[in-house]
Amino acid sequence: MENAFTIAAYVVAGILFILSLGGLSGQESAKRAVWYGIVGMAVAVLATIIGPGQGLWPASLILIALGAAVGYQLATRVEMTQMPELVAIMHSLVGLAAVFVGFNADIMINYVDAIYEAEGLVLGAVGEDGITAIGLPREIHEGLSAFGQLIAKKSAVEIGILRVELVLGIWIGAVTFTGSVIAYAKLAGGSSLLPFKVDTGARQLPGGHMLNAAAAALSVVLLAVYLSTGGSWALIVLAVAGLFIGYHLIMGIGGADMPVVVSMLNSYSGWAAAAIGFSLGNDLLIVVGALVGSSGAILSYIMCKAMNRSFVSVILGGWGGAAAGEQMAVEGEQVAIDADGVATALNEADSVIIVPGYGMAVAQAQQGVAELTRKLRGMGKEVRFAIHPVAGRLPGHMNVLLAEAKVPYDIVLEMEEINEDFPDTDVVIVIGSNDIVNPAAQDDPNSPIAGMPVLEVWKAKQVFVSKRGQGTGYSGIENPLFYKDNTLMFYGDAKASIDTLLPKIG
Amino acid sequence: MKIGAPKEVEAGEARVAMTPDSAAQLQKLGYECAVESGAGEAAGFSDAAYKAAGVQIYKTAASLWKGCDVIAKVRPPNETELGRLTAEKTLISFFYPGSNEALMELAKDKGASVIAMDMVPRISRAQKMDALSSMANIAGYRAVIEAGNNFGRFFTGQVTAAGKVPPAKVLVVGAGVAGLAAIGTSTSLGAITYAFDVRPEVAEQIESMGAEFVFLEFSDDELPDGAETGGYAPPQSPEFQAKQLEKFREIAPDMDIVITTALIPNRPAPVLWTKDMVAAMKPGSVIVDLAAERGGNCELTVKDERIVTDNGVVIIGYTDFPSRMAAQSSTLYSTNIRHMMADLTPEKDGQIVHNMEDDVIRGATITHKGEITFPPPPPKVAAIAAQKREKPKELTPEEKRAAEVAAFKAQTKSQVTLLAIGAALILGVGLIPGMPASFMQHFIVFVLSVFVGFQVIWNVAHSLHTPLMAVTNAISSIIILGALIQIGSSSVLITILAALGIFMAAVNIFGGFLVTRRMLAMFQKS
Repeated sequence: MENAFTIAAYVVAGILFILSLGGLSGQESAKRAVWYGIVGMAVAVLATIIGPGQGLWPASLILIALGAAVGYQLATRVEMTQMPELVAIMHSLVGLAAVFVGFNADIMINYVDAIYEAEGLVLGAVGEDGITAIGLPREIHEGLSAFGQLIAKKSAVEIGILRVELVLGIWIGAVTFTGSVIAYAKLAGGSSLLPFKVDTGARQLPGGHMLNAAAAALSVVLLAVYLSTGGSWALIVLAVAGLFIGYHLIMGIGGADMPVVVSMLNSYSGWAAAAIGFSLGNDLLIVVGALVGSSGAILSYIMCKAMNRSFVSVILGGWGGAAAGEQMAVEGEQVAIDADGVATALNEADSVIIVPGYGMAVAQAQQGVAELTRKLRGMGKEVRFAIHPVAGRLPGHMNVLLAEAKVPYDIVLEMEEINEDFPDTDVVIVIGSNDIVNPAAQDDPNSPIAGMPVLEVWKAKQVFVSKRGQGTGYSGIENPLFYKDNTLMFYGDAKASIDTLLPKIG
Repeated sequence: MKIGAPKEVEAGEARVAMTPDSAAQLQKLGYECAVESGAGEAAGFSDAAYKAAGVQIYKTAASLWKGCDVIAKVRPPNETELGRLTAEKTLISFFYPGSNEALMELAKDKGASVIAMDMVPRISRAQKMDALSSMANIAGYRAVIEAGNNFGRFFTGQVTAAGKVPPAKVLVVGAGVAGLAAIGTSTSLGAITYAFDVRPEVAEQIESMGAEFVFLEFSDDELPDGAETGGYAPPQSPEFQAKQLEKFREIAPDMDIVITTALIPNRPAPVLWTKDMVAAMKPGSVIVDLAAERGGNCELTVKDERIVTDNGVVIIGYTDFPSRMAAQSSTLYSTNIRHMMADLTPEKDGQIVHNMEDDVIRGATITHKGEITFPPPPPKVAAIAAQKREKPKELTPEEKRAAEVAAFKAQTKSQVTLLAIGAALILGVGLIPGMPASFMQHFIVFVLSVFVGFQVIWNVAHSLHTPLMAVTNAISSIIILGALIQIGSSSVLITILAALGIFMAAVNIFGGFLVTRRMLAMFQKS
């Protein structure tokens, strides 16, 4: 189906994609790496369009141009705080595309089967050697599309494998599609463009995970039915089951676990592409699908590790079972402070660490925080940022927001890099984060987050917590940090708080 | 209810437990306020000022004690005063119940509630009513002023037309509240200040006030732990004391002014400045002994007196430093009282709720409802965090090597296990009967790609995880190739589905790459 040139182009594209991912190891090389990805994609698409078996290339180009226009709009209009939503909704497109391509493959199999029947032959019948399929007469074979020719050459076993592959592709694609749409709705909250509203908390239909299990079991049964009969209805029901699982699975996961969900969906979209690659016999699809799939899997793993939870417990929703025992009672009171007090402490401090969280993104306070950083650095103070792996709603979300506000990336540090520096720090400002600075994770074995690695801000000399109110936040876990003697609460919307603080600095 | 402050009966006591300012605050809590005529005179608060603040003036002490429900005093009450208490009345004052047991018995017999301001537990929440600290702060400040008054030279060094003046050298022993206040005052007057404390953890506080910490060379585990004794310095071992005195003896000849503040709860003050040290000092030097009340840190101290030794060293043993600054100390003390009343009046309705469950109120109450409630149980909250003593054990090179080898072995083992499982799985796929070779060819590509992916992604910087997701998102739209191949089909349905696929994938390709570029362009180095 493909001539040698197309395959050669795929090799080039594959290498470029690998380099593109590898280049993300550093901020500077990443700027080059994204171009590798773009060139790789261009090479792959062009080679496919000029390759054999591609009809309708003008139509394809027009469609690509249309897609480009929409994609351009999306990419240039999106606020950096909305990155999680954008990534989630884009995953859904890949999932849906995989479903369509998978269905096409099924239609094609039936189509070729029909031709065979018309010729009085059987699709998949093998010749005397027991391996090579008996082909169609040459003139009919030539008349098929590239994909049709590929199917026509297959033996019965190969057709069976092909069907398993496309079922996998469709099923994973379907899960990815609805899952991503729900994830988008949860992340976007009120600003969702969807016609329906989705509760951001963890909600499940009665039956809970049993429903998911039932849908998965049904899918396996349908796979068997489809393999034995080849009936397209089974495939459609199977896709519906996949759609349901994607919907119901993600509905059951709360907003705070979204970093894991988004990286998991990222992984799924890769596996769907790889499965489709198998069914189409396209190596580049397999390569890229596998790269993306493993990338998402690793991200999910890193996120889970940062929350000290197993992947399964996140996916199955909620904070696991009830805590093993009574949580430690929190002693003391939350002491509030006003902007003047914070400003005085900041003016006197030599070293400052800022710990941003989702609250900063919600309040769009990153510009103010960056301005504060510039002022403090202008006064010769050491200002750094401590980023917990699960801060925000997307892996690396805080880094992107700070970069947008022009905070230099070399003062934005990871948890492992900075955790030991807290005891030598004069002032820590916690802006809109909660669980990632909760000392209960270390002190209280009965806490739901016991054992989760956290930023040890309470070891600093003075901690200010910018927070909207006295509530316990997304996870509903009481935070003893707020009651510590060296912690003062700076209540109010993060953006407003920082704005009142700014003129007082200096 | 009515709160009254009588005139202090002790001779020379100038402080008063209520000021016009604190009266105004107490009225906000719903109380009526009263003072004995002339109570604030010595501290500079006239009866007229009280009247202006809405405070009722009683002519005599007896009528005030009779007419008020709550009596606020500074000094411990004498027997006459206690005789005026009844069961419904509450007395708030310094009491020193440890050494005033007879008075405590008397108060118990009267059935009155007595709150001793010197018994307020040392926890953060109670700092605002910690009268000992506010008085100690004043004493520390005043000690330096008193020393300056008796010291014939400048504190600060000066170079003048009439010659060079060396700066005074001040040693502060004991860096509690009084010690730290003395350090602050002394450094701001320009003296070279040294400070000593048996608790090494206060070295930082001393240095933050601008003084130099006098270090003793002593191993860590022999040092006392201040956290175990509620923030006070504990008694020390004989070896430690010997070493400490040796250090003092060494620096004594250099010091112009020595201010000693070392006290141990419920014990006589430790002797830290011996006769021979005083003898070694230069004539004109000054020693201010803030521990004079309990015998003094200096061997030669005479309580309540200023003496001059044979070699011309002035030793001041006054015990009334706060009273010497009556206006300031009355303001602070009355504020402490006011905070105590605020805690006793949760509803702000002018009614005392004597909540014995409350750590602070429980700790300060020494008699209540005809019973002696002293000493209090230990507070639930530790005054300062317990110190961590455990240090990571230093590993010998052999142990380190052994640990490394063990880690390497464990790693090898887990890696080999994983490889074996992986290889077995892959071989298993190949062994499935009838598995066509064409599938296996793709399978190789797939497995190798997963492998490459894992190798590459681990190196991605955490901060670039969002761009990574956007890029993988963009390249996962490689699914467009499938749609491109299929769109040429003769079937209309296939063409429509493929066209939709191409469109959606294209959105993703462009959106994904553009947004990645946008993000990456924002990352800037400082």
